[in-house]
Amino acid sequence: MSYCKQEGKDRIIFVTKEDHEAPSNAELIEDDPNDPYEDQGLILPNGDINWNCPCLGGMASGPCGQQFKDAFSCFHYSKEEVKGSDCVENFRSMQECMQKYPELYPQDDDNDSAPSGGADTAPTDSVPTSSPDSTPATTENPAAS
Amino acid sequence: MFRCKTVWNKLAPLARASSTLCLQNARKSALRHGRRLEMVQKAQMSSGPAGGGGENTLYYVLIGATCLGTGVYAYRTVSGDKERYNERMIEIASRPKQGPQAAEALAEVVAESKEDAAPLESIPEPSSEPVKSEPVAEEPTLTEPPAEEVLVTEADVESTESEPVAEVPVTEPNVEEPVEASIPEPTVESPLREPVVEASVTEPVAEAPAVTQNDEPLAPVVESETEPTPVIIAEHVPEASSVSEIAADSKAAPAAEPIEPTAAPSDVPEHAPYLLIGGGTASFAAARSIRARDPGARVLIVTEESDLPYMRPPLSKELWFSDDPKAVETLHFKQWNGKERSIYFQPPSFYVSPADLAKVENGGVAVLTGRKVVHMDVRGNKVKLSDGAEISYEKCLIATGGVPRNLQVIERAGEEVMKRTTLFRKIEDFRSLEKISGEVKSITIIGGGFLGSELACALGRRSTDAGLKVVQMFPEKGNMGKVLPEYLSNWTTEKVRKEGVSVITEAVVKNVTYKNDGLEIKLKDGRLFKTDHIVAAVGLEPSVELAKSAGLEVDSDFGGYRVNSELQACSNIWVAGDAACFYDIKLGRRRVEHHDHAVVSGRLAGENMTGASKPYWHQSMFWSDLGPDVGYEAIGIVDSSLPTVGVFAKATAKDTPKAATELSGTGIRSESETEAVAGTLKSETTATPPPTQQKEDYGKGVIFYLRDQVVVGIVLWNVFNRMPIARKIIKDGEQHGDLNEVAKLFNIHED
Repeated sequence: MSYCKQEGKDRIIFVTKEDHEAPSNAELIEDDPNDPYEDQGLILPNGDINWNCPCLGGMASGPCGQQFKDAFSCFHYSKEEVKGSDCVENFRSMQECMQKYPELYPQDDDNDSAPSGGADTAPTDSVPTSSPDSTPATTENPAAS
Repeated sequence: MFRCKTVWNKLAPLARASSTLCLQNARKSALRHGRRLEMVQKAQMSSGPAGGGGENTLYYVLIGATCLGTGVYAYRTVSGDKERYNERMIEIASRPKQGPQAAEALAEVVAESKEDAAPLESIPEPSSEPVKSEPVAEEPTLTEPPAEEVLVTEADVESTESEPVAEVPVTEPNVEEPVEASIPEPTVESPLREPVVEASVTEPVAEAPAVTQNDEPLAPVVESETEPTPVIIAEHVPEASSVSEIAADSKAAPAAEPIEPTAAPSDVPEHAPYLLIGGGTASFAAARSIRARDPGARVLIVTEESDLPYMRPPLSKELWFSDDPKAVETLHFKQWNGKERSIYFQPPSFYVSPADLAKVENGGVAVLTGRKVVHMDVRGNKVKLSDGAEISYEKCLIATGGVPRNLQVIERAGEEVMKRTTLFRKIEDFRSLEKISGEVKSITIIGGGFLGSELACALGRRSTDAGLKVVQMFPEKGNMGKVLPEYLSNWTTEKVRKEGVSVITEAVVKNVTYKNDGLEIKLKDGRLFKTDHIVAAVGLEPSVELAKSAGLEVDSDFGGYRVNSELQACSNIWVAGDAACFYDIKLGRRRVEHHDHAVVSGRLAGENMTGASKPYWHQSMFWSDLGPDVGYEAIGIVDSSLPTVGVFAKATAKDTPKAATELSGTGIRSESETEAVAGTLKSETTATPPPTQQKEDYGKGVIFYLRDQVVVGIVLWNVFNRMPIARKIIKDGEQHGDLNEVAKLFNIHED
């Protein structure tokens, strides 16, 4: 029972749920995972950490950014059986630094490597495109109401 | 032809002779001020022109007198030039309050330069025919104080006098410099003069390309022919930021500088490896990006606002709907996911103080508030602030955003009207409007775009409880008339009306007057509206004041600084945010004034400032909420003048009673019958338009905007969390045969 009408240059189609149940035959171009232009997720194709990932919030850029980068890098490249067990020193200095800025780093989550940092989640950041389905548009806008 | 030839034959000797004569005279009189007429005569005699001796004598006298007059005029102009310039400088310096001191300094300058006037006599002066007519006009005015006509002739003369002009500054470089430093200020600070100035100044300035900085002193002299200097200072005041002290500072600065350069305040660092001009969303995103990519980076943000970087969207949305009465103070709001946060991107403890920036171990981001960058020296890689301080940089970002536009009728309407008008952009505008909304009886919003409609809805919410009458008026036929297709714009307007707003469409304001302690708005069609307060939301004027001093291009179509696809304006300068007119590889050149674009472009600029060399690729999106029922997200070029295809979820019987009435048109028939009829129904509906639009409920759907059959923009109407798919479709840039198939990708029927 879908129908469509034309108003000048604008076309309007009303579709029922049933009509939209059939899978789409629209063709989309395959994404190139190594596209240098695309925004990358947390881990770059070459295995490095993308410090500019919106998912990190301001963790890598704040006053404790250097400590955070050291700790997280160590964890990422750690080959120990218990990953990161050789990075205790790094995490300790990071925690010390963070304690100096309680406003920025609320002390409820400590050793998470990708924490929900203080006051800068949501609307400031765009969605990382590497995982379009899993990451809802949480970081994009407060529009859903 | 034959006749012409005979005439030419007769005249040729005369023509030849006179032209030779002229050339010889020109050369010789230029060198000896026409004192050697006898020599010239002899030369002419030898060539033997046709015609009698009497004619010749008259001829010689005329030419001789002309040359003599030219020589005299040229000499006097060149020497008088210096005097006029000095007089002009004294006049300019005496205008600001620091007059006496400045005048003293300039008096010295004048005295010194007068000594140099003598050598001008020997300067060669190419006389040309056009100048001939001016000696008479010029002489009486030479002694007058610089008047407009004098400067006009100066401009003409300058094009012929490039050599003497060039020589003058060369002989007195020391004298010119202190004065020159102060002159660029008036030149650059008044952006309105730029277009006019470019036209008139290009010729004289182009004529003396070899002369660099020293040529600038002449520029303001010429420029004043377009607008007298008092206007510069006066215009500068409205141009200046809301911080009034800056206006006073920058007025005094041009004069104050040559005498006692005001000691740069100790908290201003002299050098910042990364300098970001402007303290808004784009700037902050760039700062974050730079810090993430360049370990230990030292980033300095210079902003004329007194607040740390904050986000603007809540100022017209969430902050108005907050239950917290202290929200206005704290500027905290609840996000869509329930979490509360402040509009400031980071609390003050995130930032380093500007004075410590150079010393702090791992670098950081420092914010210098309440200062405006007024001059950019691209060659020297440094900027000058309104208080005279200079900061050198290695990489610079211009993220100056813009200022709200105002209606001309309001600007001309006088102070009482201006006092009752709000131009909404900053935190203080929000606080002031919030306060006013509690005090007045009626508010009128002029403008039907994003900001106007959002504010109307926000205020409309208050109208019911607070007894406030809210009116919104605009020239279009419906809210968001330039963004949404007509049917949707009409639907939206109805929604806004439901929020308690009285919407007046197709309203063009003709004038506004202050009457009986209120405002009266008269429209072009004669309608009259009375109101207590006006909010003008009629667009944003990008701030491109630095374009002149930095030598950056300003786009004539979209406004803003013109940059390439990597947001770069020139070697070490990038531009992001509202002020950037950039090249989008997929969608063409554009300028976008949305929050997410500021974030995306700021982040990209930061990446490119640290060597990434990436073009604008990740398409930014935007969103708007009009009350609790209507919310949409959009991406790409969303212009209602483009053809659109909208795919909406057809409401089923179980949804709303309205949907049921709509269905009754097609009848509650059996399924098979419906399907069989569906084909014919389609053609029928296109021929006979369905019943009135109000019955159509555009509850949820997706609208595609097409340009040459390619989707360039998408609006997701009340469907959320689908932006990545929309982004993908625009990135592909494919021509899709059936957009309904594309719409299937969005699953609009699900939540």
